[in-house]
Amino acid sequence: MTDNNELIRLSAADLAEKLAAGEVTSVEVTQAYLDRIAAVDGGERGVNAFLHVNAEEALAVAAEVDATRAAGGAEAEALHVLAGVPVAVKDLIVTVGQPTTAGSKILEGWHSPYDATVVERLRAAKMPILGKTNLDEFAMGSSTEHSAYGPTRNPWDLDRIPGGSGGGSAAAVAAFEAPLALGTDTGGSIRQPGAVTGTVGVKPTYGSVSRYGAIAMASSLDQIGPVSRTVLDSALLHQVIGGHDPHDSTSLPDPLADLVAAAKTGNVEGLRIGIIKELHGEGYQAGVENRFNDALELLKEAGAQIVEVSCPNFQYALGAYYLIMPSEASSNLAKFDGVRYGLRVLPEDGPMTIERVMGATRAAGFGDEVKRRIILGTYALSAGYYDAYYGSAQKVRTLVQRDFEAAFTVADVLISPTAPTTAFRLGEKLDDPLAMYLNDVATIPANLAGVPGLSLPGGLADEDGLPVGIQLLAPAREDARLYRVGAVLEALLEAKWGGPLLAQAPDLIAGVAGSASSVVEPVETLEAQEAK
Amino acid sequence: MAAINRDDVAHLARLAHIEMSAQELDRMAGELAVIVDSVKSVSEAAGDDVPATSHPIPLSNVFREDVVGHTFTAEQALSGAPDSLEFRFKVPAILDEA
Repeated sequence: MTDNNELIRLSAADLAEKLAAGEVTSVEVTQAYLDRIAAVDGGERGVNAFLHVNAEEALAVAAEVDATRAAGGAEAEALHVLAGVPVAVKDLIVTVGQPTTAGSKILEGWHSPYDATVVERLRAAKMPILGKTNLDEFAMGSSTEHSAYGPTRNPWDLDRIPGGSGGGSAAAVAAFEAPLALGTDTGGSIRQPGAVTGTVGVKPTYGSVSRYGAIAMASSLDQIGPVSRTVLDSALLHQVIGGHDPHDSTSLPDPLADLVAAAKTGNVEGLRIGIIKELHGEGYQAGVENRFNDALELLKEAGAQIVEVSCPNFQYALGAYYLIMPSEASSNLAKFDGVRYGLRVLPEDGPMTIERVMGATRAAGFGDEVKRRIILGTYALSAGYYDAYYGSAQKVRTLVQRDFEAAFTVADVLISPTAPTTAFRLGEKLDDPLAMYLNDVATIPANLAGVPGLSLPGGLADEDGLPVGIQLLAPAREDARLYRVGAVLEALLEAKWGGPLLAQAPDLIAGVAGSASSVVEPVETLEAQEAK
Repeated sequence: MAAINRDDVAHLARLAHIEMSAQELDRMAGELAVIVDSVKSVSEAAGDDVPATSHPIPLSNVFREDVVGHTFTAEQALSGAPDSLEFRFKVPAILDEA
């Protein structure tokens, strides 16, 4: 049997191989991850990646896979390649049998009566679900500090942010608390956390993974995608969750390409890779820029043709995003009104009308960032402002799409840093919403245009030793290109580093225990917090 | 475009059904003014000839067969409700009785 410390560091692909070969059982793997969560997630300086740990159900699914495998025969043959490999799910995605909070007080303790389509697919593949991961409330943020249940800490430096909104999923994978996780990406919420935690995250083509059961923030931008430690692992998970779903009217009817094969192809010779002039240089941290240039050099050596492209309308993308997203969010979040689910707060005095109950409920249940975006969206959609704001933003969306179309006539794949900086300190940008928004400057264009994007570790910045992310972008429906180029770049970089980047991450057990105590507190689940 | 002020925020908060204290209105008005100012340039980016895009990959006429699929039982639908009565959502008075 492999040592647990080694076991949790294996990639999902390697775990799957060991499970299939009978070298390890799914119960052993799942328990090793649950032990890791118990060791590093809770306590004052814990990672706090998980809002709920689903130990009992995860172990039951694992035992079922082990029994099927042990029995052999057709059923064992028919097991999915990832059967028995555990996965964590962002708490924006609804699950039967576990609470879904969206990181908000307004949904504290709420249980969905149905599973999201992606969760159904995880269950069909018999992947044990380890639990639900932390996020900025309703996925609104770039640091996970807007969670109503406390921020997640970056495993590279526990005083820094893990990115957002999917900081929980990225930190869980980076801290070896899960081999795989699901995220959602509306403006970069999978890719930017991937960048700052040294992990891989993919935003698929809009509509290629069902959104059914992802609590909507901005419906025309939201996309569920995989989070992992390797490019191949993301391809494996993407293959599980992707494909048409009749429950989502925006779901593309196209069959899913063979993404796993693309991740294993490993050849960029003659491929045209476009540097986006507007997405690097000024405003980007020097260490980020250096690692970006290193990546370009490696790709060039591997035979790729590096070209420069200009996307002049990207300068308007951030502004357009911060009009479209709040507009759609203000409408989507109207359903949290204290009537059908979640919190209901009664006004302290005065008449007890439903309007006043809604006002009191939403005042108490929503955090500041959610209120800001609802008000901003309500403003942008107001009579008299609609054309100037929402209407103009939709036109910018057309211009951004045209920029991508033009760029993809001269390049097969585009490349940029994923985020302008490495992880900043907890609290550093909390009082400056605009500074926080600027983190998404390189990731937002892909959401506006619906094209797929992948972030992978590009190394550590010279000035602070923190992870830098490299972003790859492909035309809509060409997600396979991301995996092909991503896997090649990953292999070249790991050859240079002598192993995965995460092998250079600090020892978490010592960090979490801190100087005050060497005793690691058990993980505090949401139930435990509620019980207090 | 006009700047957003405290009265605007108070009006918008009423429309959005979010009660706000005087202090919250002050703070929110300041923050939103900065954000609105930063997104202003969007209105100057595109000319009249540029069509709007509402959806990144438009699909039209998404139909399915008109058959009853899975539906929730009343119990399931009410499982998360703050209050219910006889298989219905129970809410406070809709009309002001004061």
